[in-house]
Amino acid sequence: MSVDGPSYFLASLRRRMPAPIRLRELIRTIRTARTQAEEREMIQKECAAIRSSFREEDNTYRCRNVAKLLYMHMLGYPAHFGQLECLKLIASQKFTDKRIGYLGAMLLLDERQDVHLLMTNCIKNDLNHSTQYVQGLALCTLGCMGSSEMCRDLAGEVEKLLKTSNSYLRKKAALCAVHVIRKVPELMEMFLPATKNLLSEKNHGVLHTSVVLLTEMCERSPDMLAHFRKLVPQLVRILKNLIMSGYSPEHDVSGISDPFLQVRILRLLRILGKSDDDSSEAMNDILAQVATNTETSKNVGNAILYETVLTIMDIKSESGLRVLAINILGRFLLNNDKNIRYVALTSLLKTVQTDHNAVQRHRSTIVDCLKDLDVSIKRRAMELSFALVNGNNVRGMMKELLYFLDSCDPEFKADCASGVFLAAEKYAPSKRWHIDTVMRVLTTAGSYVRDDSVPNLIQLITNSVEMHAYTVQRLYKALLDDISQQPLVQVASWCIGEYGDLLLSGQCEEEEPIQVTEDEVLDVLEGLLASNLSTPVTRGYSLTAIMKLSTRFSSVNRIKKVVSVYGSSIDVELQQRAVEYNALFKKYDHMRPALLERMPIMEKTATNGPSEIVQTNGEAEPSAVEAKHPPPVAQPANQANDLLDLLGGNDVVPVIQTSMPTKPASAGGELLDLLGDLSLSGPAPAPSVPSSQPPFLLDGLSSQPLFNDIAPAGIPPMIAYNKNGLKIDFTFERANPNPNVAVITIHATNSTESEMTEFVFQAAVPKTFQLQLLSPSSNVVPALNQGSVTQVIRVLNPQKQQLRMRIKLTYTHKGSPVQDLSEVNNFPPQSWQ
Amino acid sequence: MMQFMLLFSRQGKLRLQKWYVPLSDKEKKKITRELVQTVLARKPKMCSFLEWRDLKVVYKRYASLYFCCAVENQDNELITLEIIHRYVELLDKYFGSVCELDIIFNFEKAYFILDEFLLGGEAQETSKKNVLKAIEQADLLQENVDFQTRLFAAPT
Repeated sequence: MSVDGPSYFLASLRRRMPAPIRLRELIRTIRTARTQAEEREMIQKECAAIRSSFREEDNTYRCRNVAKLLYMHMLGYPAHFGQLECLKLIASQKFTDKRIGYLGAMLLLDERQDVHLLMTNCIKNDLNHSTQYVQGLALCTLGCMGSSEMCRDLAGEVEKLLKTSNSYLRKKAALCAVHVIRKVPELMEMFLPATKNLLSEKNHGVLHTSVVLLTEMCERSPDMLAHFRKLVPQLVRILKNLIMSGYSPEHDVSGISDPFLQVRILRLLRILGKSDDDSSEAMNDILAQVATNTETSKNVGNAILYETVLTIMDIKSESGLRVLAINILGRFLLNNDKNIRYVALTSLLKTVQTDHNAVQRHRSTIVDCLKDLDVSIKRRAMELSFALVNGNNVRGMMKELLYFLDSCDPEFKADCASGVFLAAEKYAPSKRWHIDTVMRVLTTAGSYVRDDSVPNLIQLITNSVEMHAYTVQRLYKALLDDISQQPLVQVASWCIGEYGDLLLSGQCEEEEPIQVTEDEVLDVLEGLLASNLSTPVTRGYSLTAIMKLSTRFSSVNRIKKVVSVYGSSIDVELQQRAVEYNALFKKYDHMRPALLERMPIMEKTATNGPSEIVQTNGEAEPSAVEAKHPPPVAQPANQANDLLDLLGGNDVVPVIQTSMPTKPASAGGELLDLLGDLSLSGPAPAPSVPSSQPPFLLDGLSSQPLFNDIAPAGIPPMIAYNKNGLKIDFTFERANPNPNVAVITIHATNSTESEMTEFVFQAAVPKTFQLQLLSPSSNVVPALNQGSVTQVIRVLNPQKQQLRMRIKLTYTHKGSPVQDLSEVNNFPPQSWQ
Repeated sequence: MMQFMLLFSRQGKLRLQKWYVPLSDKEKKKITRELVQTVLARKPKMCSFLEWRDLKVVYKRYASLYFCCAVENQDNELITLEIIHRYVELLDKYFGSVCELDIIFNFEKAYFILDEFLLGGEAQETSKKNVLKAIEQADLLQENVDFQTRLFAAPT
């Protein structure tokens, strides 16, 4: 057969591959597959065909093949071998090819692939193409997935197109510019000139994208923000036209004209008006107008209202407008549409700090949302409810929140429990209520409470001296019901160990005392030790509790037996404890009563300096309970010296009883090591706070003040506070006819280089005193001790108790606000006697 | 901005995926799988928004298709619902009473329409008419070129 001639031609035709199947055909075929395996087989076959076709460099069908590849890619199959083909399609002159090519590039290529840079040249050419739809394709692709390098290369082209009069291209160029700025922020400047008359466009597409571009620039650069503030009047005008103009069929959505543009303008106004009085004022009217005139029956109107509310809350709006905004949110809360309710709760959460009272008005609606079926709404409602708890509504709110805790999903329980504890601590109306609330949380959500709640609760219980009997009884009863919730069990064991004698004696006043015997109580505790449900930590608590009861109960032999059994426990921690306690019974029996006596009141401290001795009895994690050494408690009935509690949680007269720290007797090295620095002689070492004035402490002990005779006029001044360059001196006088009134003048000086402005001095005293603060001389403390701020305090001290004061200082220093709390305890005795 | 949009059926089959942030194929697959699972698990009475990772997800079901968008924290969820609705309206106008099958068999057209409506995660055109006109013109352009090609292509 000759090489040329018709027969050869016909033969070659026959040898040629059949045309690749069409896209629709392929989709139909693949959908008939009944199993995953069948589908995979079809796909593999087709991929092979496509690969050969690509190898043949067939221009005609490349487009069809890539389209098929894209379909298979969507089904989840690999399609990377089509990447280069996409590039070839983009380079083709046919519009169909370009369309599929660019789509393929957006789906298969991303900036991580090296090949993507090959697109840059094609895109550049297409950006200058004669057909706007081709330019559009290029702009779209660049704006969706352009890498930083591509953006750098092509930013100039985009900027050119931003200035074109063709609105089809201009709007795309604007969004492309946004993408360029996001990828390469340094290029933002170059787009500035082109933004000059963007807002004068009539075309809504250009307006919308321009507002997006302006928003992006203002968010990224404070200079741009300042520059674009002048656009506020123009934006207000555009928005006004949208609202006031009649029906515009092209942009109408349910009776509202171009809601998308309205929302974007409102968002830009928010950014421009924030922290700027003039801009905020300029937009006040239009915001009020939008807020009152927007139709709320459909989602689209509510979308605009939502954006309006966000804007009103963020800018410096007048109070009437803010109230309007919160009321809109209040109405949203009652809307049937749960999307609207969700959005309302989210917004209220943002504003609850600044507009607390206004949000309080909607409290009952918010609490109702706790019962909503939707998880997101429930979470928001819970967060908001906690933010709204205050001293007045705490009982009611806690009731609702505890009910919520009972029935909510596990994912909420931990947060809810913590929230309840925090709120109870801040606003508890009574100790009994506090303990009841805490118990309720432990019994309903016991396994979800955070680890630090056990020591916190133990501290709370210790401090509520009058509630000990009630507490231990309730906890005991709770244990009888359920021993699976570890935090509850741990607190209960600890309490039974401490107050088991109260349990036996049936002293409870708050409720019907129960009758238990020693054996019953020990049964319960031993049960905890033996139970599979108890964690090792819980077992530790139980063992120690049993041990403590050896000084409170009479069944010492039983306890001895239990302790010795655990001396050979596999659990090393338990074994150690048991061995030590055994030693207590044998060699150190004379120390046992003192060691195991009632725990003193513990105070919570913010700092835990290394020098502070942490009082433990070997069980509560030492770091969790930081006890500042409170007055020694030899008797259980010792009063809470709650100096930190200025609200006067209890009515006890604050008294310091101190004793000098006694050196721990060196009786048995190991015991000392294990029990830390616990003073073995019983009374705790002296509090570290007053220790800065030891002589005074000693004076305070004796009932006769040593300095009685000194004339009141000679009261020495004192330094009350000296930190960070701020020093506050107190000087005293008794110029008043009333001897019970001390007149203190504070002098605040500032030794730093910059002045302290907005200086506010506040003071609080324990309940038995009364305090009156007169106006300060000024609220600027000049730098470098060049002057001082003075203020007069009058303290009425009818009971002639030792004066203590807590002061709070707030001021602004070098531009940042500073706040500090401090205690003043070193008052000279003459000032209060 | 919108970070991505996913369309999937009630059985979890992906019908369209548009990503406006660069992610690897593996990450995209993982995100898709997770999100599809989460959205499909939602009960009908629940609200259309959910917090997912550090984004807000807005979803709506139209017949057998879920339209799911992930937007950033400062974006307005309610207007995102309107964006989804506008896209559905565009598809509906283009295909004439659109159904899932239309999107399956004409997925590339669905993408073209989306690309005329959104760009870089933001709306580029707020007029329905203009979007549809642009698509129409581009389709015509495609046809003209195809027509020419068909006349002169080698016989198969």
